[in-house]
Amino acid sequence: MTRKILIVDDEPNIVISLEFLMKKEGFEVAVASDGDEALAKVTSFAPDLVLLDVMMPKKSGFEVCEALRADPAQAGLRIVMLTAKGRDTEVAKGLAIGADAYVTKPFSTKDLVAQVKTMLGA
Amino acid sequence: MALSGWFIALLSAAYLGLLFAVARFGDARADAGKSIISANVYALSLAVYCTSWTFYGSVGRATSGGLSFLTIYLGPTLMLLFVGVIIKMIRISKAQRITSIADFIASRYGKSHLLAGMVTIIAVIGVVPYIALQLKAMAASLDVLLDREGHAGGWLGLDSTFLIAATLALFSILFGTRHLDATERHEGMVAAVAVESVVKLIAFVAVGLFVTYGLYGGLADLFQRASANPDLGRLLQLDSGRAGTWTAMILLSGLAIIFLPRQFQIIVVENVDESHIKRAVWLFPFYLLLINIFVLPVALGGMLHFSGQTVNPDTFVLTLPLAHGAEALALLAFVGGLSAATGMVIVETIALSTMVCNDLVMPWLLRSAWLQARQQQDLSGLLIGIRRVAIALIVLLGYAYFRAAGEAYALVGIGLISFTAVAQFAPAMFGGMYWKQGTRAGAVAGLAAGFVVWLYTLLLPSFAKSGWISSGFVEHGLFGASWLKAQALFGLSGLDEISHCLWWSMLANIGAYVAVSLNSRPGAVEASQAERFVDVFRYGRHRKETRLWRGKASLDALVSLLERFLGTARVRLQLAVYAQAKGLEDWRTLPVDAEFVHFAEAELAAAIGSASARVMVASVAEEEDLGLDEVLDILDEATQIRAYSRELEAKQRELEAATAELREANERLREVDRMKHDFISTVTHELRTPLTSIRALSEMLHDDPRIELASRTRFLGIIVGEAERLTRLINQILDMAKLESGRAEWTSGAVDIGEVAREAMESLGQLFRDKAVELASEVPSAGPVVQADRDRLMQVLINLLSNAVKFVPEGSGRVYVRVGIDHGMVRVEVADNGPGLTAEECGVIFEKFRQGGNTLTDKPKGTGLGLPISRQIIEYFGGKLWVESRPGAGANFIFTVPLPAPEE
Repeated sequence: MTRKILIVDDEPNIVISLEFLMKKEGFEVAVASDGDEALAKVTSFAPDLVLLDVMMPKKSGFEVCEALRADPAQAGLRIVMLTAKGRDTEVAKGLAIGADAYVTKPFSTKDLVAQVKTMLGA
Repeated sequence: MALSGWFIALLSAAYLGLLFAVARFGDARADAGKSIISANVYALSLAVYCTSWTFYGSVGRATSGGLSFLTIYLGPTLMLLFVGVIIKMIRISKAQRITSIADFIASRYGKSHLLAGMVTIIAVIGVVPYIALQLKAMAASLDVLLDREGHAGGWLGLDSTFLIAATLALFSILFGTRHLDATERHEGMVAAVAVESVVKLIAFVAVGLFVTYGLYGGLADLFQRASANPDLGRLLQLDSGRAGTWTAMILLSGLAIIFLPRQFQIIVVENVDESHIKRAVWLFPFYLLLINIFVLPVALGGMLHFSGQTVNPDTFVLTLPLAHGAEALALLAFVGGLSAATGMVIVETIALSTMVCNDLVMPWLLRSAWLQARQQQDLSGLLIGIRRVAIALIVLLGYAYFRAAGEAYALVGIGLISFTAVAQFAPAMFGGMYWKQGTRAGAVAGLAAGFVVWLYTLLLPSFAKSGWISSGFVEHGLFGASWLKAQALFGLSGLDEISHCLWWSMLANIGAYVAVSLNSRPGAVEASQAERFVDVFRYGRHRKETRLWRGKASLDALVSLLERFLGTARVRLQLAVYAQAKGLEDWRTLPVDAEFVHFAEAELAAAIGSASARVMVASVAEEEDLGLDEVLDILDEATQIRAYSRELEAKQRELEAATAELREANERLREVDRMKHDFISTVTHELRTPLTSIRALSEMLHDDPRIELASRTRFLGIIVGEAERLTRLINQILDMAKLESGRAEWTSGAVDIGEVAREAMESLGQLFRDKAVELASEVPSAGPVVQADRDRLMQVLINLLSNAVKFVPEGSGRVYVRVGIDHGMVRVEVADNGPGLTAEECGVIFEKFRQGGNTLTDKPKGTGLGLPISRQIIEYFGGKLWVESRPGAGANFIFTVPLPAPEE
């Protein structure tokens, strides 16, 4: 069964690269460009994993993460936070509110793919 | 009709008896520790200032000088306003156990016998005529009552004035030296004087009411009648030509209220509570006001009534009631005058006798062999004896002066001569209280100089006027030298004699005091006394005394010394009190330390004056001489400690202020640090974002060569775009950093803004055409010209135009550029028909990395630094950059640049 990944970022070029990368690895991909859209897509698309940018308009990645973790229906959802802010406090905050992994931009495509695969048990 | 001499004698005796009873009562209460001296009694006793000179003489003075009699009462009123000075005097006197004004001055300048003697002699010479004046007033009033001329009456061949003098002397002795212990305070006397003050006030006001409302139809009527008479009308005018005299009188009487021996006695020595002075400050002037209200009415009434007759105006107070048959009122007035005279004589002679005893007789006795021979004898009786004799002698002197002077000189003249004499104490007194550099030599020089001038310009001329000595030195100058004319020294004429004397004597006195003080070095005792006087408020009692005495003494010797002068019973009592204060049962176990020696000296000083006390204590105690330097060291050390603690306080305050400043600075630094951190964090984010795309896409291209060409081209395009974005970002960050740190390089020249605007529009023309955005403008063909950096202005305009084109909708977008002049500034507008900004956004878009627009679809392409940089540039030129906008109504970015100042 094809695993589904939702990519959430407000930078179109990053979305393009991530989309291409994940599709190439065989995942089914959907994209969202802000927090509200992300929450809607989680419901409609029902992804197995979300690649979630932190700094976004409308709702930040942290808020989206918290909302998802508060929803029992999404208990099995994997969340990987992506951020251009590499501070330790942000990493700690992300993990504390329930993210499964935290990846700093710019990232190594190989590492990211490996991490996603591990998390999805593929 | 004349009153019976016997009746008057009986009445007077009864009145004096009453006073004596009051005094006994006061003393008894004082002995029982229940003082009757309240603030009111104290204030009333100050009215001993109002002598028979006031009681009879003011009216006389008003008949010739009009309102000028008031000066004698204005001076004291003004002087009492300096409450602080008087309180300091009282505080010093209590701390130093001062017994008289002579003692005060002597004590300040090193407990000097010489100074004490000088002050005493000046006081006696100055005041004896004043006592004579009282006798004269009493004699004159008796003559009026008995309706006779020339004091002819007598008893056993003695004239009545002598009888009065003798009675007063006896009375003073009974009042002032009743106690065998020679303490300085006389509460009974003060109470009696207060009663006398009330009596003389009642008597004078009664006469005033009688004249004003009994003989005439009230004040208005009296003044109206007086005005009708040209001679009398003159009296109601304030004569500005006599302003100099007024000033001198006010000054003199202001000094007299403290420095007349009797006033010093009452105000300072007899004061039991410093706070009483605060009542006296208004109550005493109020008293003076009351007793003066009817002076002018009585004077006018007398002159109207006795117009054309030769009635001495000094006696109007008696003659007016008598002339209208009001004998009882005349008797009351007589008793009032008697009160005024007796009060003055009693207090004055007691004060003077203390001075004569302590400061003239004692120093001589202490040196005499006679006293040495009677080592163990109780001398307290001797002290009392000396004082009694002194009182008798002083009154006798007054009588002798009265007999000699007779009618020679007017009453008021003598009073002012006395005032001027005691005014000579002022420089040494005030200098002593406020100027540590004043020395004994200076005080002696000042007093001597002032006294000599007084003698030459005032006392001797008054003798000459009386015909006792040749008046040549007054009329032609001493030895015929005209600049030595006694009442026109150095050609200073045009002043009245009192002002003249006051001017020259004060000049000589103050000049000599200051000059000699500055050129002489104080002795050790002087230096320490100067410190104690001037800084009296800084020291608790007895605190420093202990350090300023060093030596050996035996308890027995000191106690027997005290007993000799003070009497055994009193000394034992004082010792017991002192021992108790030290927590000891038996005074015999008291340690004989510096403090005890000081106690003994103070007790002794209260009886025989500070100068003699010091000599006596020194005779039984082996005092090691503290050199001047040593004393100064001790005093200096105390001063240094004070200065040091003040410095510490100041330092602490400084430190606290510095700490607060530091905390603030720290807070500011932390804020700056936080902002910097935020900035770096934001910059990092902005840099990492394009880098993320670049890295991800290049890795994919690198790892998978099989990616189809279309994707490959697309990815490479993104990589190039993001690399350009990164470059722009880095450039702008560096530009921003340069602008903010002030390290940016600027050129300056005449810039035609219109031309710059056209050029900017031209360079972005392609961008507008690509997006089909209309670009219109309203720019003058030449100018306006400003002093600025052309490239920077271009940068701003391009930034604004590229922002505008970025936000307007494709196809229907419209951007309008306008250049004009407004209020001396060039005004440039770049307006668009884009989505507009909220009020909040209008502010934040000028912050770094805060871009307008917030959805992915219109995600702006920019660094977020364009507007902050533009604003920095415009502000550098002295202009402003802002935006006017509403959501949905487009945005209008406006900047101004000041025009250069027009050339003259």
